[in-house]
Amino acid sequence: MATIKKPSVDAVLVGFGWTGAIMGMELTAAGLKVLALERGENRDTVPDFAYPRITDELSYGIRGKLFQNLSKETVTVRHTPADLAVPYRQHGSFLLGDGVGGAGVHWNGHHWRALPADLRLRSTYEERYGKKFIPEGMNLQDFGVTYDELEPHFDQFEKICGTSGKAGNLRGDIQAGGNPFEGWRSNEFPLPPLASPNSAVLFEKAARELGFHPFPQAAANASRAYTNPHGAQLGPCNFCGFCERYGCYMYAKASPQTTLLPTLMKRSNFELRTRSHVQRVLMSADGKRATGVLYIDAQGNEIEQPADLVVLCAYQMHNVRLLLLSNIGKKYDPATGEGVVGRNYAYQLNGGAALHFDKEQPMNPFVGAGASGHAMDDFDGDNFDHGPLGFVGGATINCINTGGRPIQQLSLPAGTPTWGAAWKKAAKENYVYQTSVGSQGSVMSYRDNYLDLDPTYKDQFGQPLLRMTFDWKDNDMAMTAFIGGKVEQIARAMNPKHISMGFKKKGEHYDVRPYQSTHNTGGAVMGTDPKTSAINRYLQSWDVSNVFVMGASAFPQNFGYNPTAVVGALAYWSAKAIRERYLKSPGALA
Amino acid sequence: MNAETTTRLRITGLGIVIAAVISTWAFGAFGQKATPGPGTAPASANAPATSAGAPTATATIAAPGKAPDALVERGLYLARAGDCISCHTGPSKAPFAGGLPMKTPFGTIVSTNITPDKAGGIGDYTEADFARALREGVRKDGRHLYPAMPYTSFARIDDADMHALYTYFQRGVAPVADKPPATDLPWPFSMRWLMLGWNFLYLEPGVYSPDAARSAEWNRGAYLVQGLGHCGECHTPRNSLTGGVKSTSERRGDSFLAGALIDGWYAQPLRHTDRPTAAQWSSADLVAFLGTGRTAHTAAFGGMSEVVENSTQYMSKEDLGAIASYLQTIGAPVGSSPPVASPQTAVVAAADRHPDTLKLRAGTVEGAGAMIYLNNCNACHRSSGAGANGVFPSLSGNSVVNAKDPTSLIRIVLGGSAMPSTEKAPAALAMPGFGWRLTDADVADLLSYVRVTWGNKAEAVTPAQVAAVRATFKPADLALTKP
Repeated sequence: MATIKKPSVDAVLVGFGWTGAIMGMELTAAGLKVLALERGENRDTVPDFAYPRITDELSYGIRGKLFQNLSKETVTVRHTPADLAVPYRQHGSFLLGDGVGGAGVHWNGHHWRALPADLRLRSTYEERYGKKFIPEGMNLQDFGVTYDELEPHFDQFEKICGTSGKAGNLRGDIQAGGNPFEGWRSNEFPLPPLASPNSAVLFEKAARELGFHPFPQAAANASRAYTNPHGAQLGPCNFCGFCERYGCYMYAKASPQTTLLPTLMKRSNFELRTRSHVQRVLMSADGKRATGVLYIDAQGNEIEQPADLVVLCAYQMHNVRLLLLSNIGKKYDPATGEGVVGRNYAYQLNGGAALHFDKEQPMNPFVGAGASGHAMDDFDGDNFDHGPLGFVGGATINCINTGGRPIQQLSLPAGTPTWGAAWKKAAKENYVYQTSVGSQGSVMSYRDNYLDLDPTYKDQFGQPLLRMTFDWKDNDMAMTAFIGGKVEQIARAMNPKHISMGFKKKGEHYDVRPYQSTHNTGGAVMGTDPKTSAINRYLQSWDVSNVFVMGASAFPQNFGYNPTAVVGALAYWSAKAIRERYLKSPGALA
Repeated sequence: MNAETTTRLRITGLGIVIAAVISTWAFGAFGQKATPGPGTAPASANAPATSAGAPTATATIAAPGKAPDALVERGLYLARAGDCISCHTGPSKAPFAGGLPMKTPFGTIVSTNITPDKAGGIGDYTEADFARALREGVRKDGRHLYPAMPYTSFARIDDADMHALYTYFQRGVAPVADKPPATDLPWPFSMRWLMLGWNFLYLEPGVYSPDAARSAEWNRGAYLVQGLGHCGECHTPRNSLTGGVKSTSERRGDSFLAGALIDGWYAQPLRHTDRPTAAQWSSADLVAFLGTGRTAHTAAFGGMSEVVENSTQYMSKEDLGAIASYLQTIGAPVGSSPPVASPQTAVVAAADRHPDTLKLRAGTVEGAGAMIYLNNCNACHRSSGAGANGVFPSLSGNSVVNAKDPTSLIRIVLGGSAMPSTEKAPAALAMPGFGWRLTDADVADLLSYVRVTWGNKAEAVTPAQVAAVRATFKPADLALTKP
């Protein structure tokens, strides 16, 4: 097949979700001619997420209408290097996005800044507990960028999203009602917190009376009508309960479509090509410079797109795969521990308690939003003394009512029959009176949890799939056992008639079938040492200086938060370095 | 039809009638433009590439020494105020290169190339030729233009502005050699000279003459509204036989800017009537509406979205304020002064406590209309009907909701509508179409309910009215409806 060569652009963005939209905005503002290549379809609030069709749980929630089509491309999974990996054929454990806006369309909108300690985790643990505290085989690392450096960009991204919340730390002053453990913030949230669902009111009271520090979850679900700095507008959330797995039909959830694309799509120096599936980054003969990308368009044509700057803005797994397929950076070898691309894949370890109440206490789960509720950070990051506990990491604990959708959000007390008249009776009796208290826990990076190319399975174009080698480790199981105790304590204090605990136990293996978290991280981590990181602290490839890699693939290990706000802030941080330094003098920034 | 017109008609005879038929459909043809119009939101799910926006008028090639840049800039500003680009840009998207087909049952009118190319465009026009085309509807070769070109409005343009416009179109626009297909209508409509008769009826010669009793600001507004802005071409009712607008200024009767059906939409009244209209809005709201396509409680729709996007968003605050000060007086009660706040502001402020709001909140649903409202509209427009500031228009106290003619309202419910995307307010916030799930009777019930709730006062809507609007829908009208 003859390759069609297109005219060169200044910058090509691979993937057009959150980071693609941010980079598009920033690089076009710098005067660059920018092209975004998105493998999926274009889509916008109207008509693609229009009410009421978008609130079809079977099509979107179960069949994943907005997700990546796994029959054309997926990832293979195994527990150890000795196992045979098999393809992830149905969406379960994590939900891969696709199309314009990416997973930024169907997220819940939990908006967390990283803790200052999260960004320098190895240093924090070494300073407080000593070097020996970190177990053998755990690749704990600092991000290489500090909280103070990222603060303006956290602030910037919150203003873009119209984030609803309550500050806990305004320039060092601890604020009543906010998260007292958070890093300092230069400004209050752009919008006040969302109203609390009944369940979260109960959770807040119970947690507070136990001496913990609950606060309203920061939400990229607008609590009021909002106009962001680009003039894009958000409508006020109406708590319909269709955030995760769905696009927002009323412009209330921050997404590239609602916050950045109205401005970006009008810029004459920006172009979007959808259904353009990038195969690899093209390299100069000496392998030191990217010359553009090769992609396959909707008609099946192979297109060479020359560009001076290549920015990988795809999802964490796809970024890592593209680096591997393009031979950018040294591939990680778990046997020697050498190499960086594929190294430090991490995930999250979550748990929860299902609560069922008496008829006097309706929880009305149908009144929900992706991030409506309360959370607490007392046992997250290094906000508590790990010394006597002996594990690294922690979790946020929360009571968020994302909705009361009939298929996926009807929980019944343990022991209820799963079908028939008894199930129906229990469903009728419990639906209105159910809620849950959940935890979102960190997973550290380990020498033998990693990503590489699968030797067997290929995608629709014949390229090898990404292979994930991952299983739970004792350290993280110890963390979740500890957190489970705290969750149970709070759940009991909420005084339901029935509690069902759901926390993983030591010895359990990673199971891709039930949904757990779409917060996959690592594989192309950032850092200050090229031996242990694929990209520098500006998200620039150590080996190929005109390639930048956005996204959570940069996280050296995972934390107890949703990653989007950190991913957004890092994109702005990287864009600033590109605009202020790289464009003036292209080359390595570190 | 008034007596004067009837007399003139008798004199001019059959030719006029033919011309009248031509002009009637010629104006109606605006709605059949091939451009996406109101649906310019980044649209199709399957479009392979989508960053191509609407054409934008820019000053490109101000030749040094030939004309001062300031004059070209001024001409660009005026060309935008006149919205020349909307009709004179066709499928090639080259600004002003023409070629926009307007399909009619009698043939196709194609807009002309008005770039300064000597072969394809108007490069060989002298300033006098140019002025004659704009003010009299006559081309350089002496043949008549069809009144799809709003020369009866452009006749008001003064010499200084005409000079700036001419300078811009000669020196500020990139020449394009393309010659769009000539408009070739079958006989008898091909006889352009018939326009002589039509012009005799409707073309009032003479540039705008100021009203000495009014302020300079008011006169500036009147000049823009009657002239370059050619607002009356859509907002003033037309004579049903001849197709000419019934009035061209506030001095010529109550029909001026009294609202009219065009392209399947009801262009709202821009004068005081016995109902809420934009003429009652505060100056700040009118400026915001024209500048961004939205106010706190309303939004532009239909053809007006395109007007805001291509034209009024580029006008200065002063000019938009002048337009406001003029519109506020048309048909205003004697001795009244312009409002400080739009009446809708108070309606919205009280809507939260309105008995109809409390009824909906309490779950007291009386009648099919209220139930349809709850199931389809309530999420965005809320139980108070007040919507959300700047994002979802308020139905309470809304001039479109209360308009005598419900055509636009029906059209919005059936096919949805998108706000224009402007520099200051880029989000083309859209309402999806509900025609696929609501029957004619449903829409009639719904709108009849909305038109008498939260203090709204307007006639009931019948299923036949809904069916009539639905019958005019073309595939392009379903751009905001999920396939």
